[in-house]
Amino acid sequence: MLATLIRLLGDFDRAEEAMQEAFAAAVEQWPRDGVPANPRAWLVSAGRFKGIDAMRRNSRIDGSYDTVEDFAAHESSDPAGAADDSVEDDRLRLIFTCCHPALAPDAQVAMTLREVCGLTTEEIASAFLIPPSTLAQRIVRAKAKIRDAGIPYEIPAAAELPERLDAVLRVVYLVFNEGYAASSGDALTRADLSAEAIRLGRLLLELLPEPEAAGLLGLMLLQDSRRAARTSEAGDIILLDEQDRALWNREQIDEGHAHSRRALASRRFGPYTLQSAIAGAHAEAATASETDWSRIVGVYDLLLEVEPSPVIELNRAAAIAMRDGPAAGLTLIDTIMERGELADYQPAHAARAELCRRLGRANDARLSYRRALELTRQGAARRFLERRLAELASG
Amino acid sequence: MQYLMMCCIEEKRWAALSEASREAVMRDYGQWIAELAERGQHRMSARLAPSGTAQTVRQQGGRKVVLDGPFAETKEQFGGYHLVECRDLDEAMALAGRIPTLPHGGVVEVRALEA
Repeated sequence: MLATLIRLLGDFDRAEEAMQEAFAAAVEQWPRDGVPANPRAWLVSAGRFKGIDAMRRNSRIDGSYDTVEDFAAHESSDPAGAADDSVEDDRLRLIFTCCHPALAPDAQVAMTLREVCGLTTEEIASAFLIPPSTLAQRIVRAKAKIRDAGIPYEIPAAAELPERLDAVLRVVYLVFNEGYAASSGDALTRADLSAEAIRLGRLLLELLPEPEAAGLLGLMLLQDSRRAARTSEAGDIILLDEQDRALWNREQIDEGHAHSRRALASRRFGPYTLQSAIAGAHAEAATASETDWSRIVGVYDLLLEVEPSPVIELNRAAAIAMRDGPAAGLTLIDTIMERGELADYQPAHAARAELCRRLGRANDARLSYRRALELTRQGAARRFLERRLAELASG
Repeated sequence: MQYLMMCCIEEKRWAALSEASREAVMRDYGQWIAELAERGQHRMSARLAPSGTAQTVRQQGGRKVVLDGPFAETKEQFGGYHLVECRDLDEAMALAGRIPTLPHGGVVEVRALEA
């Protein structure tokens, strides 16, 4: 409903205000006159009239009366009908506007959680561990930019859709990851953010059944299925090979697999679908030793073709270490590290430390664990690295 | 909405292009503007004299201070502008993306005019 009002009134703040007024009117009228046949159309229509009314009031103050009359006249004479057939399009418009590339990435995330998911400013701020005033300001600036720069409230044309969809998927995955592997704070995971991202992923797939949208939803479900097994009761990290696989959520795995397979079968997939295939390979292994590392390395090879990145190279090296032994993995990691791009990437040092430890090179392991520790801002990860260092000292 | 497209280019690099390449860019420019004009979107365009001709004036301690040169020394120099009527930012960006100096290191800043 908010999405439709934004289209009809052409402004986020105006639409939010109009929606509140429409609800207030409903609270007053529905108990007295009965609930209308189409409550949504009633609310949209009421919201639209309230909104135009407010514009009229304001324009008397600033003298731009003509424009409002133009605006009202320009509108369809059957606003409820016009609003009714395009509910889905309006939600998509809202998503694409909130994730518009002209907005900074953190503004895209804030706007999407606020306007699409309906979280409050306080909820978003606490999820990202920033002061509410900072987040509120980010949203005010984003709305001002949408208005002043003329960012459209539209579903992109077919030619631009793949690129624009990428931006939306990136926002959804960013939200998921902040909930799955928090970048700061004490707890490793924040279930609320991941759940919100999965909800968004479902909505997106329903509105726009593109293979990569299915791939991303599959990836998120498959990763989230391991949530309960990833930390101990004390909140400490448990690595994949030590997790109690009975704690993995079978329902999420089955649903994730289904989305992932459908995306793969389309042959029009991208990096999210490939990552879902990797997550799927882990989910299929009943024990860590049964993991099909050859298949995982194969998917990483494909992924590197689609999206070359040092982080993916690093993950591939870790998979090769599992397939061919730690020495093979370490050689690859050292080659990647020599290029310098991952010098400040904490997981690279942690992975190197892990392989050195397995090879019995305690000194090298210690150095890398210490470097990883320096780069960690997150409580559970810090405790994990400290534990490993202590084990090395006593062993 | 009206959008100002401010075109910057590295003057040295532009000067180093062959006569024929520069002419080809200007020809493409003419066509880009003609297309906009045909659709009634073109408001105005101008090419500026080289940045070496620029002067800045400001007031310091109540006195007028004139300095030789542009606002700031940058790699690319402001060299021309277009004022274009567009439906929204997406259309403006699509049009700006076709400005013929881009393959020669050109950079275009796109800004909406205040309503």
